[in-house]
Amino acid sequence: MEQIVEYIIAAFLVLAGIFGLTGSFGLVKLRDTMQRLHAPTKATTLGVGGVLIASMLYYGLIEDTLSFHELLITVFLFLTAPITANFIAKTYMAQNMKAEDVPDTGREHGWSVYDDPPNPPVISDTAEE
Amino acid sequence: MLLRRLVPHPLLSLLLLVVWILLVNKITVGNLLLGGVLGLLVPIFTAPYWPDRPVVHRPLKVAEYILVVLWDILVANVQVAFIVLFKPNAKIESHWINVPLELTSAEAITVLAGTITMTPGTVSAVLSADAGNILVHCLHTDDPDAVRDDIKSRYERRLKEIFQ
Amino acid sequence: MIEYALLFAMGCFGLGLLFNLWRIAVGPDAADRILALDTMVINVIALLILYGIQARTATYYEASMLVAMVGFVSTVAYCRYILRGDIIE
Repeated sequence: MEQIVEYIIAAFLVLAGIFGLTGSFGLVKLRDTMQRLHAPTKATTLGVGGVLIASMLYYGLIEDTLSFHELLITVFLFLTAPITANFIAKTYMAQNMKAEDVPDTGREHGWSVYDDPPNPPVISDTAEE
Repeated sequence: MLLRRLVPHPLLSLLLLVVWILLVNKITVGNLLLGGVLGLLVPIFTAPYWPDRPVVHRPLKVAEYILVVLWDILVANVQVAFIVLFKPNAKIESHWINVPLELTSAEAITVLAGTITMTPGTVSAVLSADAGNILVHCLHTDDPDAVRDDIKSRYERRLKEIFQ
Repeated sequence: MIEYALLFAMGCFGLGLLFNLWRIAVGPDAADRILALDTMVINVIALLILYGIQARTATYYEASMLVAMVGFVSTVAYCRYILRGDIIE
């Protein structure tokens, strides 16, 4: 039994390492910034997630000290990863792209990086802003 | 009703209690009580800063949505890892996709944008100025329209059921 | 068994840190550097937890949680500074 648990934990660790490395490797390999944005936000999240699951299994099944902290870190990372990605995308667009480089909204108002919100704004203060 | 006045946001209170227990990492009567008190007080004190809190209509749908998204995150990770590792750079076709939104509440759009970023090969970049469209960057796809329809049918439909 | 898996994972994340460092040095945009810094923070969190398993203490969770929070806030602050020229409006 102990043996099987150890194999499972080891498998999680190895998988997590591979995914984490893939995320960082994508950062080096891909061509432009918007493409590079994909690699770390996805692969690294699963990388850290795998490490945290392995740690939880390790403490729960081998050391017998059940610990929930890992869950909290995982949830925190899963909540913040999209927000940082969104911020970085906006930063890149504001600095390096023009409104002509992306598809049109097909509506009255353009994308919020290039166009001011209408008055009164539909959404005044969100996490996006 | 008194209970309704005392606990205006039962789900938020429960969430705060769970987070508190996770933070302390020990389940004792004292911690449960303290977490319960925090869960009751925090929503009351933060109410002025968050005027139009969304009402979650179907809590079971939230659980379904979380499971669907978790599964998609797993698939997304494998897909993106394969694209990064084995696809030559010249063959990766990235697209910008314009997704019109039917959701109107700020919280629902935030959740949708987060979901899009975490799931297969897509990153949500920016909203239109009137919050009616969302611009999505897709790492690799042959058919941008299919990706747009997928987002709309898979995530937006579920979020509409939850928030509206 | 676990010891070797731990070493392997640590090696992967350490190599990842080097890749990130390369991206920070090369750029070419501010956005690339922010992205690389953010990835670095995530890799450091993973390394801290791995070290915690290796040393068999639970002391490092608080540390990794703090790193996660500070990393998130600093990324957002950096982006905001570039977008608006100001962090708190």
